[in-house]
Amino acid sequence: MGDRRTLVVAGHGMVGHKLIESLVERGATAEWDIVVFCEERHLAYDRVGLTSFFTGTTVEQLSLVAPGFFAGAGLEVHVNDPVVSIDRQAAKAVSRAGRVVAYDALVLATGSYPFVPPIPGRDLPGCFVYRTIDDLEAIRDFAATCSVGAVVGGGLLGLEAASALCHLGLETHVVEFAPRLMPMQVDDGGSAALRRRIEELGVAVHLSMQTETILAGAGGSVAGMRFAGAEDLRADLVVFSAGIRPRDQLARDCGLVVGERGGVVVDGGCRTSDPRIYAIGECAVASGRVWGLVSPGYQMARVAADRLLGGDAEFSGADLSTKLKLMGVDVASFGDAFATTPGAESIVYSDPVAKVYKRLVLAAGSHQVLGGMLVGDAAAYQTLAQMARGDMPTPEHPEDLILPDRAGSTAGAAGIEAVAGTATICSCNNVTKNAICDAVTEGALTDVAGIKAATGAGTGCGGCVPLVIDLLKAELRKCGVEVANHLCEHFAYSRQELFDIVRVHRLTSFSEVLTGHGSGWGCEICKPAVASMLASLGSGYILDGEQASLQDTNDHFLANLQRDGSYSVVPRVPGGEITPDQLIVIGQVAKDFGLYTKITGGQRIDMFGATVEQLPAIWARLIEAGMESGHAYGKALRTVKSCVGQTWCRYGVQDSTSLAIELELRYRGLRAPHKIKSAVSGCARECAEAQSKDFGIIATERGWNLYVGGNGGMKPQHAILFAEDLDRATLIRYIDRFLMFYVRTADRLERTATWLNKLEGGIDYLRRVVIDDALGICGELEADMARHVESYHCEWKATVEDEGRLARFRTFLNSDDSDPNVVFVRERGQPRPATDLEKSKPVEALL
Amino acid sequence: MTLTENATWIDVCGIDELVADRGACVRAGLYQIALFRLSATNEVYALSNYDPTSGAFVMSRGIVGSRGDIPKVASPMYKQAFDLRTGECIDDANTSVMTFPVRVVEDRVLVGIR
Repeated sequence: MGDRRTLVVAGHGMVGHKLIESLVERGATAEWDIVVFCEERHLAYDRVGLTSFFTGTTVEQLSLVAPGFFAGAGLEVHVNDPVVSIDRQAAKAVSRAGRVVAYDALVLATGSYPFVPPIPGRDLPGCFVYRTIDDLEAIRDFAATCSVGAVVGGGLLGLEAASALCHLGLETHVVEFAPRLMPMQVDDGGSAALRRRIEELGVAVHLSMQTETILAGAGGSVAGMRFAGAEDLRADLVVFSAGIRPRDQLARDCGLVVGERGGVVVDGGCRTSDPRIYAIGECAVASGRVWGLVSPGYQMARVAADRLLGGDAEFSGADLSTKLKLMGVDVASFGDAFATTPGAESIVYSDPVAKVYKRLVLAAGSHQVLGGMLVGDAAAYQTLAQMARGDMPTPEHPEDLILPDRAGSTAGAAGIEAVAGTATICSCNNVTKNAICDAVTEGALTDVAGIKAATGAGTGCGGCVPLVIDLLKAELRKCGVEVANHLCEHFAYSRQELFDIVRVHRLTSFSEVLTGHGSGWGCEICKPAVASMLASLGSGYILDGEQASLQDTNDHFLANLQRDGSYSVVPRVPGGEITPDQLIVIGQVAKDFGLYTKITGGQRIDMFGATVEQLPAIWARLIEAGMESGHAYGKALRTVKSCVGQTWCRYGVQDSTSLAIELELRYRGLRAPHKIKSAVSGCARECAEAQSKDFGIIATERGWNLYVGGNGGMKPQHAILFAEDLDRATLIRYIDRFLMFYVRTADRLERTATWLNKLEGGIDYLRRVVIDDALGICGELEADMARHVESYHCEWKATVEDEGRLARFRTFLNSDDSDPNVVFVRERGQPRPATDLEKSKPVEALL
Repeated sequence: MTLTENATWIDVCGIDELVADRGACVRAGLYQIALFRLSATNEVYALSNYDPTSGAFVMSRGIVGSRGDIPKVASPMYKQAFDLRTGECIDDANTSVMTFPVRVVEDRVLVGIR
């Protein structure tokens, strides 16, 4: 124990943290004390996903550090305290706060800083860079008083920044010195497609512009930009995003060798000119260059960790292939994208209407894929990048891979089986196909979550998850595991297959379905599932005839069963808008029937503690006051929450309440595989929390942005931006199609978030189905929804108006009493179920 | 456990009051009894209405069906399945509910209690 050594890590960004993680995983803390200096206020966070900060992702969600991580033995972290000097002679590092740490080894992971061109005015108030959470917070705060923002730099980071300014509601301009956007990743053709796409989003693009001065306004802050040979651009906020430079000052000050254009020079082991000091990530020059992506940084982190533990790992360069989504536009660039290999030839597909550009670079003669770029549609990226890496053979007609899909075509669908075992599937965490396959077979894994836990694959950028899913399925099939998704023992079909059977054969009763396609007598799984299908397909009142026996108790009594056997009642409050008179009626009903009231998360009022006998009388009163069933009891649309929107709110840009009411009334009563929640926000401040809903809508100046697949609940998940700036009619058409497609294809009790996660091809595939009608079913889906809207009726109204239907609302067939075991006590002025101890009279027939 | 010896037979309802494949509850003495008329077996089964897992009297509101050849009802609260013939919980060998003998005489349903 006496010979513990000390490692100082200067910098706690993504790469610095990966180093520490790698060391901890490999048990390094048994011999090393690791002292980490973090310059920012926040521990390492996902800088790649930084822009999502403006779409609601919190600092906590961006964090890469598991809670309690630094509580481990041998770890020490100092936040807000960078290393400011290194005394190599004495082997000591000194921090800004004056901490002096003697080290046995030191790793520089200081990253990079944004390059700000030496333009007069660049220091004016209103000029920003785009690098840290602090930068983003400063931009957000300043933008509150601005209307026009400009980004200097049309590269990857510049477009990220532009996206952020759009989210902040600014008129946004991108100013690029080069004659094209993303000059490092795409050529002129790709730039043109990308430009058309982002101009559609309302961003103005100015290429070949040399900024001469940032102009100051009367108040001393930014007022505009002046260019060489062009008119001035008015702007009250400027973000510089014109590239990065390695942060090598520490290294320079202590005499380490740095590169000609900056960066700490390291060898294959990530070691600097001082063998005790390593450098990794964007501050390092490895194999002759700075690597400005996270994946090579992670590789360096692993190499340095291995070296510190006595290994001999080497960093010899990395694959710079990237696939990104910038402002909703897919952009991918891989291998020899610009055809620099001698003799290389290109195949180009360009569709100016769809704004898609694809270039495939092939070797002369052999037609082996060497690289390429994809703009607007990057679905083929994984396959093509594998081919460019030589991990997968190039097919006979590689051009098929970039041509658009025709109906029924299977072009480009080269299977995962064709990928070599040594090929890297997850390049963030360096996991090979073999490693994943071994984990599946040895760990008897059956899902992606298991693979993530066992191998780390898919936990970085997530881009490889579709491949991981394919791989899992292929492996399971190989192991002879039948990937069964049968509904239950009575039906050897998935819910989707059974739904199709019911739909195509126009079946209208459970017995028909069971007799024709199942076995046994059914159960609590298949009966409600089939009842839901019958209801989705519009078969009227859900409790008549045989259907009554299929429903869960909630649907059977049209109320929500609570733990003591009583029920709760929720009238619909469309969009959360309710009149004072209706509020009074709800209050009076609750008072008269002795019910407990609570405001729900979906902007309505829940009344608890009703017995089955009370339900019809309660509803007669509510219906008389113009209210209707809220379907809180059903796997159905629940609420469409809203903010007050433009009508009242100073910030609202659209009438969110009216839209929410319209949507709630349109989809009310729609039976689905699980409950469906929605919300509409009247501006980007998102007060209605639409991004946590199955479908959420956020108003923009130009229309409505539609988000799908969000979820609160057990496993919260943000909704994904599905389409932008839609007009009302298009918005409703897309939601109609989306909901009906979900109803048709999801598994039982599968929320849209899980369904979308499992949907092969993910959101892109969903867009193809819903927007492009790739399956040719949009007509049917809309017709199904039209039928639903037309045939909607309030189930409670239909119940209270029918003596026969009311007959079931009694506890006992042979007595008018209600259940004597439902007993309440008062708490905070309201009733609540009594505990067993509190029940004053002896419990009846407790066996 | 089923009560058969010294049972008192109580007329609780008419057979046509029992909706096929949907439970109903009756009171018999101090007991709440869940009755189930299964169309598949053409039998009437009687279990205690008490759900031992939740402690609520709700068993009659469960969905009936089969597991293999066993006629069953699933508790509406947490969905444990009980054998309608024996009252044994199929999902948990340590749990069961009481059963009662049933007779149908001239379209009336009689249950036997102690």
